[in-house]
Amino acid sequence: MNAPLTTGFADPARDAARAFRQVLDAMAHPGRIVTLTGALAPAPCSDAAAIALMVLADSTTPLHLAGAHDCAALRDWVAFHLGAPLCGAQEAVFALGAWEALAPLSRYPQGVPDYPDRSATLIVECPELRNDGVRLTGPGIEKDAWLNLPDAVALQANAARFPLGCDLLLTCGPSLAALPRSTRLEVC
Amino acid sequence: MTQYNFAYLDEATKRMLRRAILKAVAIPGYQVPFSSREMPMPYGWGTGGVQVTAACLVPEDTLKVIDQGADDTTNAVSIRKFFARVAGIATTEATARASVIQTRHRIPETPLAAGQILVFQVPIPEPLRFLEPRETETRTMHALEDYGLMQVRLYEDIARHGEIARAYAYPVRVEGRYVMDPSPIPKFDNPKLHMSPALQLFGAGRECRIYALPPFTRVESLDFDDYPFTPSKAAGQACAICGAADSYLDEVITDDAGGRMFVCSDTEYCSSRAASQQGDAA
Repeated sequence: MNAPLTTGFADPARDAARAFRQVLDAMAHPGRIVTLTGALAPAPCSDAAAIALMVLADSTTPLHLAGAHDCAALRDWVAFHLGAPLCGAQEAVFALGAWEALAPLSRYPQGVPDYPDRSATLIVECPELRNDGVRLTGPGIEKDAWLNLPDAVALQANAARFPLGCDLLLTCGPSLAALPRSTRLEVC
Repeated sequence: MTQYNFAYLDEATKRMLRRAILKAVAIPGYQVPFSSREMPMPYGWGTGGVQVTAACLVPEDTLKVIDQGADDTTNAVSIRKFFARVAGIATTEATARASVIQTRHRIPETPLAAGQILVFQVPIPEPLRFLEPRETETRTMHALEDYGLMQVRLYEDIARHGEIARAYAYPVRVEGRYVMDPSPIPKFDNPKLHMSPALQLFGAGRECRIYALPPFTRVESLDFDDYPFTPSKAAGQACAICGAADSYLDEVITDDAGGRMFVCSDTEYCSSRAASQQGDAA
């Protein structure tokens, strides 16, 4: 017997709009930690990751579930709430998982020089999100910002490929932070 | 208004727009293709801006819409009414009170604040289009960072006119990478793009492109060391209504005998200044 599905947005249009504004705020201010509310996710997915997917993913965006996130409960949830086709890393528009399961970044579409936007957005589940660790500078950041990132060296290499590269949404519980490819990283 | 989905567009369209906006923010200055929808207004009336605004609005927003700086022209009034009706959001004419501002061809005089979103309506998003009509070629030029043609064009202006003869839609370079059309804002507004605390989004409906400047992004107007960029406006004039010498001015012809006056293009800036002066006098 399947476990009952968690519920989606109570008011889909308005809840999705509010959640998107939080995601946009995070993407426009790399390192800023925002809170997403409005829906619950099945384990092991965080609420923030599930809400981000409900806002952005649908039947037109192949989704890669990595590692422990590739489970029956989450597959059912994706089928019901998103309708996104599941795929391997090479075809992914979105990918969801812990950093260890998602890495290396080279498995995902990086965009092409003519169309750098055709790259994957990775939703990285983190054990915690804190404003310390790696120093971030670049567009969206007035002076500097700090974020604990899973693998600064790999992410520095990702930033060095600008304008190609993956964009990251980092999630933990209801919290979300973003690391677009335009952000420069410094390990201090 | 329950007959419309919140902010008019269906949810699948909004997801498509939101994905494009996030990629645009992640690659500042790069034009992200998106599948532009027909909107209940003609192309050229801000369909791109309206779609970007619809994708970003939340019920708690306060929206301001300006057309060439004015809050009270047809385009501004109709878009403001449109969103008041289909999204039920509050509207305002005060720049400082707005959380989202949709604009046609101006940046407000009142400095923007962190947390605000400025949405530009864009007719021709490709800065290289009048130099190279083929999309395949301009795309390669952007990919190779090959902007020599643009520099030659600016140089030819100097050779012919003694200065870079472009008063609006003056090309900019974003974070030292992509050359971008800032939409047909007067070049007077170009310095406001640089390191703005507000998020700036650009929507071109007919041309199906969205691009963005995240807050605090380096935006340089293209120029030469010996011919530096100068933001310009009507020289030596002040607004005939509020007396502002620092705002962008429209020239208004007042009669058939060559009479003219210069007034602020930003109507809200002008009227709030005029009102406070009246208050001081009273």
